[in-house]
Amino acid sequence: MAETLKTEVTVVGAGPAGIAAACRAAESGARVLLLDENPRAGGQIWRGTRCGRGPAGARRWLARLSDSSARLVDTTAVVDTDGDGGLLVERRGEALVVEGERLIVASGARELFLPFPGWTLPNVLGVGGGQALLKSGVSFRGRKIVIAGSGPLLLPVAAALATSGAHLRLVAEQAPAHRVHGFALSCWRYPGKLIEATRYRAAFLATAYRTGVWAVAARGDDRVEEVVLTDGHRSWTEPCDYLLASYGLVPNLELPRLLGCAVDNDRVTVDDHQLTTVDDVYCAGEPTGIGGLELALVEGEIAGLAAAGRDREETALAGRRRRLERFAAALAHAFAPRQELAERVEVDTTICRCEDVAWKQLHPAGSFRQAKLATRVGMGPCQGRVCGPALALLRGWEADRVRPPLRVSTLGVLASRSKGPAGH
Amino acid sequence: MTRRSHPDVVVVGGGIVGAACAWYLAAEGLAVLVLDAGFPGGGATGAGMGHLVVMDETEAQFALTSYSLELWTALANELSADCQDEPRSTLWIAADEEELALVEAKAEFYHRRGVAAEVLSSSELAGEEPELRPGLAGALHVPGDRVIYPPAAARWLLDRAVEKGAAVQTDCRVEEIGSGWVRTARGEKISCDLVVNAAGPEAPRLTSGLPVEPRKGHLAITERYPEFCRHQLVELGYLKSTHTEAADSVAFNIQPRATGQQLIGSSRELVGWDLSINRRLLAAMIRRAFDYLPRLAELQVIRVWTGFRPATPDGLPLIGPWPAIDGLWIAAGHEGLGITMALGTGRLLAECMVGRQPSLDPAPYEPARLES
Repeated sequence: MAETLKTEVTVVGAGPAGIAAACRAAESGARVLLLDENPRAGGQIWRGTRCGRGPAGARRWLARLSDSSARLVDTTAVVDTDGDGGLLVERRGEALVVEGERLIVASGARELFLPFPGWTLPNVLGVGGGQALLKSGVSFRGRKIVIAGSGPLLLPVAAALATSGAHLRLVAEQAPAHRVHGFALSCWRYPGKLIEATRYRAAFLATAYRTGVWAVAARGDDRVEEVVLTDGHRSWTEPCDYLLASYGLVPNLELPRLLGCAVDNDRVTVDDHQLTTVDDVYCAGEPTGIGGLELALVEGEIAGLAAAGRDREETALAGRRRRLERFAAALAHAFAPRQELAERVEVDTTICRCEDVAWKQLHPAGSFRQAKLATRVGMGPCQGRVCGPALALLRGWEADRVRPPLRVSTLGVLASRSKGPAGH
Repeated sequence: MTRRSHPDVVVVGGGIVGAACAWYLAAEGLAVLVLDAGFPGGGATGAGMGHLVVMDETEAQFALTSYSLELWTALANELSADCQDEPRSTLWIAADEEELALVEAKAEFYHRRGVAAEVLSSSELAGEEPELRPGLAGALHVPGDRVIYPPAAARWLLDRAVEKGAAVQTDCRVEEIGSGWVRTARGEKISCDLVVNAAGPEAPRLTSGLPVEPRKGHLAITERYPEFCRHQLVELGYLKSTHTEAADSVAFNIQPRATGQQLIGSSRELVGWDLSINRRLLAAMIRRAFDYLPRLAELQVIRVWTGFRPATPDGLPLIGPWPAIDGLWIAAGHEGLGITMALGTGRLLAECMVGRQPSLDPAPYEPARLES
């Protein structure tokens, strides 16, 4: 039997959206529990932020969170709903049931990986994954690194790697030059972003930043030793010890979908108050559409206010949200994965790492579910989080029904049920 | 041989039962067209455990399961590797002395009918399955049972049917069945001589009055723990106190898969066409398994799902002609035994349809028995 935590507002995910939501709801007088899988608040983007370290905005929000009455329940993963409106969660191997009157889902996003020959070799990482390693203290000093991905994240990661003494060989952006330049020109409305980008670029001036270039293969025996790159006309190889190759973000939609929230075109459907199609369930940040840090904060604030019954105070934020949504749309257009990225797979290219399923095995299938039953693709421990979005792009397959547990957990946790209120 | 315009037989449903019917009918030389609403094995077949098991609730159940198992065993060397067919003996576990008496009766039943089975003492059981909690009374060991991966087996059977001239149409939902015709969701009317309704839980949608209803079951699968269990383990109470009742029920049933994963069942509930997971019943099902395997609680679970089993009032499938419609035959209502019974069903149905001497007495399975 699991202990039950009761609260007014449950926030899932302590990234920027969740932190803003928790702060606003708590400051409005609501009792708030903020759940996160990590030991500290901050999410992927503010990972490693401490007192006196990290970006000023991050420190400000984290300080605001700790000054608020919101309680962070760290190291806690949502496993399932409990079937009675609550959430079954796992904390350090133990089951807990969280019963909130209202729920704000701020489940964030993960990197988009697209398979190509050699992408499963050791030391082929996501761009964000490389950043996380760096933040966790791994040294890349003197190591040859190629970044071949997409989106604005390439710049800060390249800057951080160059600053840390890595031998950054090339930063390749798959998006074509005209899109990237058009996007940069449209940024005059957001001078802060241009200044930031220029500052990052200045930190790796010794390395070329090339648009319209992407990786087509990674090679090596025990780990990646070289990458084959192309600009669509000509191909060449670059030696490297690490290859960072991912293509922006995909939202974590598993929890909202399990809860029954309507999802359209990879976005949770929300109204002006960030309310989903399910009563008392709000959503903020990347799951409502990849929009980046500032939009996540604004959406989080609105959701927090709405969940605390302070709808009127949202009005001031609505204009900012609209402006940031335009920026997000421009960003998505500029850095959309090019068709050629889906054409790199070869018959033997691994699609599903967990179950070791190759591209050729998937051919007769007409849907993700059919492919699952035929080949076990997406049925391993990652539960299709990597191959699912890739196959959506490669084959146009819709995601299969979400099945619990949301995170691999023990049977003991999954079989735990509420033993009644324990209070908060 | 392949005739789509006017086949001899249209088989509605490409699950494992429909696939087996198609194979045996094609082997009789009939031109067979299989229509599946989605893809073969994507319905009840894909949600099943794939335990090929001899059952002894009734003589008729025993006859069909044991005959089917003979047919499965004979195919063992032919099935493709992705069918994951392997011998996997069953241990029917007796928790106490009362259940042990039932084990002895069960052994006697099998012995009289020539099926290998041996009674294990408490300590022998512990030796076979060290993860079981101490103090269980014993078990019946049935060495001839097997395990298979059902959707792959359904595909394999369909491939064999196609080799014998059958045609398979996927994504083709049938809306209506008449005497000598079926009408698809696209409005196409296909005329034929005979129709087999093998649509599993959907069968009564197409043949009104067919006494089949969807019974929902839950399954959970773990990460890979090879050797956690070695046999298919089933509590003896599985038959007696649980699944024969109309109410919701759970019973301990675990199956080690060829992948090293442990597949855990089972539950039964009658809730209509609702595939959602019943968290209370799921928890009860898993906790029931902890009663037998305490360390199971520590294993990582990666997925839970539900499926419908097509249930009949007397627990036996419907195999044979449907009196109300000339030329309509039924192969449905196998509940949790469709995978096991598929081959016996297909063979028996084909024999009856072509007028050959049937391998089994068809009377207990005739749909007319349940007509009111």
